[in-house]
Amino acid sequence: MSQTNENAAASSAMDVSDEVAIQITNMNKWYGDFHVLKDINLTVNRGERIVVCGPSGSGKSTLIRCINRLEEHQKGDIIVDGTELSSDLKNIDKIRSEVGMCFQHFNLFPHLTILENCTLAPIWVRKTPKKEAEEIAMHFLEKVKIPEQALKYPGQLSGGQQQRVAIARSLCMKPRIMLFDEPTSALDPEMIAEVLDTMIELAEEGMTMICVTHEMGFARKVANRVIFMDAGQIVEQNEPEAFFNNPQSERTKLFLSQILGH
Amino acid sequence: MTQEPYVRTEMLSEQPAPSGQTGIVKWMRVNLFSSISNSIISLLTILVVIFALYEFLPWMLQPSWGAESLRECLNDPNITGACWGVINDRFNQLMFGFYPHESQWRPLLAFVLMLVAVAPVLFDKLPRKMVWFSALYPFLGVWLLWGGTIWGPLMVIAGFVIGVVVHKVLSNIVGSLAAIILSVLVTILWWLYGVGSIAGALSGIAPIGIAEVSSSDFGGLMLSITIGVSGIALSLPIGIVLALGRQSDMFVIKLLSVGFIEFIRGVPLITLLFTASVLLNFFLPPGTNFDLVLRVIIMVTIFASAYMAEVIRGGLAALPTGQYEAADALGLDYWQSMQLIIMPQALKISIPGIVGTFIGLFKDTTLVSIIGLLDPVGLIVSIQGTSDWNGIVWELYTFIALMFWVFTFSMSRYSMYLENKLKTSH
Ligand SMILES: Nc1ncnc2c1ncn2[C@@H]1O[C@H](COP(=O)(O)OP(=O)(O)OP(=O)(O)O)[C@@H](O)[C@H]1O
Ligand SMILES: [Mg+2]
Repeated sequence: MSQTNENAAASSAMDVSDEVAIQITNMNKWYGDFHVLKDINLTVNRGERIVVCGPSGSGKSTLIRCINRLEEHQKGDIIVDGTELSSDLKNIDKIRSEVGMCFQHFNLFPHLTILENCTLAPIWVRKTPKKEAEEIAMHFLEKVKIPEQALKYPGQLSGGQQQRVAIARSLCMKPRIMLFDEPTSALDPEMIAEVLDTMIELAEEGMTMICVTHEMGFARKVANRVIFMDAGQIVEQNEPEAFFNNPQSERTKLFLSQILGH
Repeated sequence: MTQEPYVRTEMLSEQPAPSGQTGIVKWMRVNLFSSISNSIISLLTILVVIFALYEFLPWMLQPSWGAESLRECLNDPNITGACWGVINDRFNQLMFGFYPHESQWRPLLAFVLMLVAVAPVLFDKLPRKMVWFSALYPFLGVWLLWGGTIWGPLMVIAGFVIGVVVHKVLSNIVGSLAAIILSVLVTILWWLYGVGSIAGALSGIAPIGIAEVSSSDFGGLMLSITIGVSGIALSLPIGIVLALGRQSDMFVIKLLSVGFIEFIRGVPLITLLFTASVLLNFFLPPGTNFDLVLRVIIMVTIFASAYMAEVIRGGLAALPTGQYEAADALGLDYWQSMQLIIMPQALKISIPGIVGTFIGLFKDTTLVSIIGLLDPVGLIVSIQGTSDWNGIVWELYTFIALMFWVFTFSMSRYSMYLENKLKTSH
């Protein structure tokens, strides 16, 4: 991929290395008889930021959930950070601790405080001492700008705050890759901005990210690549400027006219 | 018309609410007389309550505490209702059955210590170190109730230590799974073949112990509490394991759990109790003398844990899948996510059902009277059989009902307290 368009120039701090972070080859998945993902091929380099979009039901969620084995694929290979995803539980746990994920509905643990939400996985999975885990958690809660909420419970926070906690919770595991599944689509407009700001900051620090989102402003600003999916296939992928200004496939044009048209 | 610009210069202070908005009057207006139909229902209910008390209280309030037989009550013109003398006369029996008088401090002490042992489990403000006592209590409690040499329970505890040591040593040599299986095996073998002979030998050397009490002497409320508390304490963990088993991906484990739950739920408790009292002896090798109370506890536990499993499964099903996914996505393994994320929430959702099962179990302990154990209900028959109290009925039932109510009502209040405490959102 060339890095010469203005978009990438504007954010030249975001280096993309040649090292491969995720390699998906000829991956297929079925739900029963229903062929959800068809022959997916995708290579993500370290430091790359990829936005995935497409109509509802096209398999975007399923694709990124296959990357940390929340869904199992039936054919093809997925290699994450040099580890191949197979039914080997050790590999799965290793990959999951390296890959962070944020969900549409946050999925915070309602019975734990914000701080406990953030320290849980470092303490139990990484065996970090409690005190150190709490320092790390406070560091990331400051980063997402809600350190003062640390002792509250998720139910006492607004949606935008909850999603930022969810991002902080993932970051506490020091992941090398972050997956986002429509992180803003359950939020009110004024909260979308605060979550996107957090994600942009993360991108600027060089995190490898795959985001399923319909926030095209975000895509233009931080993505190196936009992937358009339809009916379980990757229909088109390109740099954001080219993707939005000069879509090639008819399906992409139709989709863009629908979401940008009004 | 345009509005004048306005800026407040002084803040208003708080005023007391208008009269009739607080206190008893307001409460009655809102809760009893908010509408015509509500008022009618309230008045009718109050009338029914007054009528019931009017009929019942005179029967209850009788100067009959000192009566020594039913005949005395009948002949006394001052006594026109309940003959409470029976409670006074047989109080000790209703509490302890035929437990030897000189040893009755033991069940009493065991009961008090039980309260100490459950306290840190029920109230998390108490010092965590108390949990060590809770862990030791089952052995202490059993020893106090049944008596015998101290070496028995000590050797059983030693079994746990042996298991842990074997596991520590082996887990470096063989795999972790093999180490677990082997250490469990060694522990069970120790309990089956080691404990009896070694405890016997040790008590020969150092005979430390208290008088043995046969479980055929157990009775009264003490027996109900022994069976009820053991059943409650054992059925919750077993129920959790069964509920997880039922959800398991592993076919055999799932099959076993479902089979067990469905079979036990399909069988009346009474059948299980008869099995315990009669049939088990056919299956056990001849000569083994397996304590009847223990057999009953096992059956009651099995019965309650099948129900418990279903209650907890309801809680598990009520959790959004997002909770499982978030735990997985963070890299927690199965047991961690169950212990830290899923179970705390599922159990919280199931509190009313769990406590309901506990209450049911506690009341069901009265069924043991049918297989001849002398729990309070079983004692009624034997008390009625004496010439002094032949023909007495309601006084005993009323008293027993009251005793059970105290326990079950406390459980239900605790469950409400817990639900309130665990509320983390608005
Ligand atoms: N557990 C499941 N079992 C069967 N079918 C499923 C399951 N999950 C998803 N599907 C189907 O797979 C297809 C792809 O689903 P997916 O959630 O990946 O779509 P998506 O692109 O994320 O859509 P959206 O934008 O609505 O989130 C859909 O047609 C959906 O109905
Ligand atoms: Mg989706």
